[in-house]
Amino acid sequence: MSFITDHILTWVTFLPLLGSLLLWTVVRRDDHARVFALAVALADFVLSLHLWFRYDGPGGQDMFTEKVAWLFGGKINYHLACDGISLVLVMLTTFLGPLVILSAWKAVTERVRDYMAMLLFLQAAMLGTFFARDMLLFYVFWEAMLIPMYFIIGIWGGQRRIYAAVKFFIFTMVGSVFMLVAILWMYFQAGGMGLEQFLALDLERQAQLWLFGAFILAFAIKVPVFPLHTWLPDAHVEAPTAGSVILAGVLLKMGTYGMLRFAMPLFPAGVEAFAPLMSILAVIGIIYGALVALVQPDIKKLVAYSSVSHLGFVVLGLFSLTPLGVAGGIFQMLAHGLSTGALFLLVGVIYERRHTREISEFGGLAHRMPGYATVFMITMLASVGLPGLAGFVGEFMILLGTFGSTTLDHPRLLTALAATGVVLGAIYMLWMYQRMFFGKLTNEKNRDLRDLSVREYAVLLPLVVFMFWLGVRPGMVLDRVEASVERVLAPLAVPASPHADDYPQHALGGGTADAPVFVVHEGEAHR
Amino acid sequence: METHANETLLRWIVLAPLLGAAVIGLLNRRLPRRVAGLLACATVGLSFALSVVVFLRMLGLDPEHRRLTDILASWVAYGNLRIDIGFAMDQLSAVMALVVTGVGFLIHVYSLGYMAHDDGFRRFFAYLNLFIFSMMTLVLGENLVMLFVGWEGVGLCSYLLISFWFDGEANAVAGKKAFVVNRIGDFGFLLGMFLIGVTLLPHLAPGEGAFSFAVMQHHAPLLAPVATAIGLLLFLGATGKSAQIPLYIWLPDAMAGPTPVSALIHAATMVTAGVYMIARMNFLYVLTPTAMAVVAAVGAATAIFAGTIALAQNDIKKVLAYSTVSQLGYMMLACGVGAFAMGIFHVMTHAFFKALLFLASGSVIHAMSHEQDMRVMGGLRRKLPVTWWTFLVGTLAIAGVFPLAGFFSKDEILWKTWSSGNTVLWVIGFLAAGLTAFYMMRLVSLTFFGTNRASEEVRHHIHESPATMTVPLVILAVLSIVGGWVGIPAFMGGGAHFEHWLEPVFAGGHAAGTHGAAHAVHDTTMEWILAGASVAWGVLGLLLGWIVYTRRLAVAEAGRRFAGGLPYRILENKYYVDEAYDGAFIRPGYRLSRTVLWKGIDAGLIDGLLVNGSALAVAVVASVLRLFQNGMVRFYAWSITVGLTVFVLYLSFSG
Amino acid sequence: MEVTMTHYLVLAALLFLTGMTGFIVRRNAIVMLMCVELMLAATNIVFAVFARAHADGGGHVFILMNFAIAAAEAAIGLAILVEIYRRRRTVNVDDLKALME
Repeated sequence: MSFITDHILTWVTFLPLLGSLLLWTVVRRDDHARVFALAVALADFVLSLHLWFRYDGPGGQDMFTEKVAWLFGGKINYHLACDGISLVLVMLTTFLGPLVILSAWKAVTERVRDYMAMLLFLQAAMLGTFFARDMLLFYVFWEAMLIPMYFIIGIWGGQRRIYAAVKFFIFTMVGSVFMLVAILWMYFQAGGMGLEQFLALDLERQAQLWLFGAFILAFAIKVPVFPLHTWLPDAHVEAPTAGSVILAGVLLKMGTYGMLRFAMPLFPAGVEAFAPLMSILAVIGIIYGALVALVQPDIKKLVAYSSVSHLGFVVLGLFSLTPLGVAGGIFQMLAHGLSTGALFLLVGVIYERRHTREISEFGGLAHRMPGYATVFMITMLASVGLPGLAGFVGEFMILLGTFGSTTLDHPRLLTALAATGVVLGAIYMLWMYQRMFFGKLTNEKNRDLRDLSVREYAVLLPLVVFMFWLGVRPGMVLDRVEASVERVLAPLAVPASPHADDYPQHALGGGTADAPVFVVHEGEAHR
Repeated sequence: METHANETLLRWIVLAPLLGAAVIGLLNRRLPRRVAGLLACATVGLSFALSVVVFLRMLGLDPEHRRLTDILASWVAYGNLRIDIGFAMDQLSAVMALVVTGVGFLIHVYSLGYMAHDDGFRRFFAYLNLFIFSMMTLVLGENLVMLFVGWEGVGLCSYLLISFWFDGEANAVAGKKAFVVNRIGDFGFLLGMFLIGVTLLPHLAPGEGAFSFAVMQHHAPLLAPVATAIGLLLFLGATGKSAQIPLYIWLPDAMAGPTPVSALIHAATMVTAGVYMIARMNFLYVLTPTAMAVVAAVGAATAIFAGTIALAQNDIKKVLAYSTVSQLGYMMLACGVGAFAMGIFHVMTHAFFKALLFLASGSVIHAMSHEQDMRVMGGLRRKLPVTWWTFLVGTLAIAGVFPLAGFFSKDEILWKTWSSGNTVLWVIGFLAAGLTAFYMMRLVSLTFFGTNRASEEVRHHIHESPATMTVPLVILAVLSIVGGWVGIPAFMGGGAHFEHWLEPVFAGGHAAGTHGAAHAVHDTTMEWILAGASVAWGVLGLLLGWIVYTRRLAVAEAGRRFAGGLPYRILENKYYVDEAYDGAFIRPGYRLSRTVLWKGIDAGLIDGLLVNGSALAVAVVASVLRLFQNGMVRFYAWSITVGLTVFVLYLSFSG
Repeated sequence: MEVTMTHYLVLAALLFLTGMTGFIVRRNAIVMLMCVELMLAATNIVFAVFARAHADGGGHVFILMNFAIAAAEAAIGLAILVEIYRRRRTVNVDDLKALME
């Protein structure tokens, strides 16, 4: 076992790549390809569990580090590592992997081998992006993600798939090239591509602003932040189900992950200058995404715009620059991965049966498909942030963090505006649900719909279970990211406790360790 | 230093119904109907029994120590933010727990009969159990976030149960409306919580949860500077849940749900959550006279506003719904003038008589083959004797006739309003009390007196309901009579036990809040006068309603004509508030989103102009450049030659 | 008359111009290929002249490499032309514009 555990990150990252190569070369038949891909994805998930249970990085440090000289005599390294933030996103990726493959079991009938290989290839690239601690390696993985996604949309997509694929590709490339230039510039300053070397640089303010701009453009397009979001609805609508799930579930988080891992700690001056703008764009995205989602006639587009809204929360949390907001943002990434991933899977289920995604084509589905309606309901509630389900904790922490932010200009106004997104979220989701599931079953074509099959339950129930689990026990994620968040934010030097000196000292010392938890003397309350 | 007693029974009070909901929900069709129904009743019964046990245990404790906690686990622990999954019971939550589980149990039993023939029988009971779970989380939550969890949970159950018969478009729309309007309130609630959190978090000792009620109370002085903002924000949440102006609009529509749901959720328990929350946060509200004044004013305004609408409704459940809104206004008024105990007292008595009224109206609807329009009812007195008598008791109770439950709570609220010096509010409350009596008697007259105006076929099927439905009615009727006796005020020689029981919870409230009440205690003459006046006023209203709508229907018609049609039509259409909201927010919002944001900004500006525009610019440049790529190899060669020549010449002559 | 370096260079220039003119004016692809060979030969002469003038073997190396390139180019070019002729029945370059788009 030790030859696996000693290089666990390499195994986790490259096992799917190996699988995709084997699919292209050795596996011949379609049904074999499905089983093989599923087995590889499951194996990868099992491997990643090792990380989950073994990670205990003191102070939120990187663990499982692997570093081998790659180019120019060690200036550029093959350097993988995992901290709490990488860990939770990696778990999301490997968890969604098998489910996505299972969801494509029947939906994809053409070029199955290629499809499965693309999915595995994509997974490897995503995992590498989360682990990379060398900027060139990161960039290679980052760009490598584009290729399989481009093909997944372009080959197995819908009517306007070429347009969507090209749009997706060009949007992302435009951002990435600027980031590449910024990376190269920093490489010559730092004399190496290591993230820690970049972090050690002491850059001038002006340089930081430019570099931050280049980085943030790449990440903001990926998230996507308003107004760079228009590739997303097209890509989602045209992509096949599995593509949409991966896109919403993991790919979008690359943007917010990149902000948190690179753009923010590397350029404190840039963050300081751009945080107000980013937080305003995030709030616009929250409201705008929700309002536009409200009027979509197409379910998939509705969910796509809801992603714009939800990711706005994440960006807002990150740029609140409070540990609470940032951790909430990370949590929201997971919650959104689960709930929106599940929503796309659910849309895929009905699309497979009816080959349409127009909301007006449906109505009264709860009669024919009670199981489907129930799972959809739970997912929807998780998405609108009902307490007890995953969405609530993240939103709560983000908004609380933003509310108490000391670096933003009008944190309370921003929070209030962002909180309207919670209301709007309920409106568009419930309205869609009502139009799809309630009322009488009027459309004849829906009369013979089957409820969820065992395979579809197998895809959806794990997601539902984790929606509840994360909602009730968020600690399993928060405990793992807490120290890492502090570590990542350390270069930003944000004051730890706002307003601490606004109040008289005796109030601060009021509580002692053995103070009553629930009982208070009347006298004390009026002290 | 006080100790807090641990009481692990608390968790089972909350979790028992959840287990019931889970079992029924997961097994669904595999569970026989009878078993599902009985299981649901049993879990709520268990909750009630456990509540009684804990309550009795509490009685044995010294009043200052009547607080029991049960912390299950840490929920969110991040930095110095700590939120526990935990429950706590003090005098206030004990009252609420007993009411919720007690009335809840009766309504579960009633539903066995009412829903007996429904296809969604199991689903119904699963939702109902889920509701009790959520409501108990709300009531027993140890901190404000747990309360919020329950708050959202009951909102969800309300949504699910209003749209329970999802066949009907109207039901689904009403359910959605309820959820969304409540969410608007939650917006305020959330911001209120954030303000508390941000204010307290920097000052907490390790292990203190910022949102724990005890911790908030302990640090109340810190909250004082922002108390008004917090109070108003939380009150926005309460206006949503407790159907106050301006967010009351969802409650009348919510009557689309099955009648037991209307009784349990939209009358007895859930809608009082806002009142409970404000009473729970009394230590904060007493710090802010402004917020208190707003609460009182909104409560009084809602009481009279909803009362007038109830005058002109023809749907039996709609009348009761507006009556509920109006009564909730009273409770808010009580909280607003600092009489939190009286607010909770009215929550309790209202739970009894309003649940009774709804269940009895359910019995009427059941008998009338699901007809809800009072204009086709009438003369049901003889055919439905149990329903009639119990309904009458409920009506007298809500009208505040001595010595029924409603009298004590409502009279006390009016008295506290008067004694706190809010004469205007008292007048409004007093007028609304008369309205209440009048429209309730109108309802009774139209339904039970006169001759039946239904079709022959419907009339043929009229029958009294089965025992599962009538027994809860009788029990609730008894409670509606005697329920107020626990709070007979001192001036009548009673012990005011209810107020004393809650005293430790609201101790801060009385000390810092209404000074008037404390001073005026000895002036019993005024209390007697006001009590007499309100009873007389109530009886007058009842008589008037009875006379106008039974004796002289012509008089009623004349009165309607006299009112000139227009005022009546305004009332009948509920002041066109729904239409106004629709015109002011919903339609413009939709149009803005569709035309401006989506088609305009998204498709037009960003995609059309910027994205495809830049693509177009590239295409234009390319279309010029491509002229040179004409496929003529010899042209290329010629170009190369010319270019090379020019280059060489330039090099030769430039140097 | 002594043959000087200038003579060789003039010869190379004439040869190159001949090839270039042929390449531009002729439409037959085979003739055009032959013209390309002429131009390559002209550069070879220039390489040889300067290699001798500077007494540097590098020029000769380039001549050898040019031979290899010329051979490869002729081989591949003719192969392509044969294939084109089979499909299109013509080797007139003005008719061969499929790659324009």
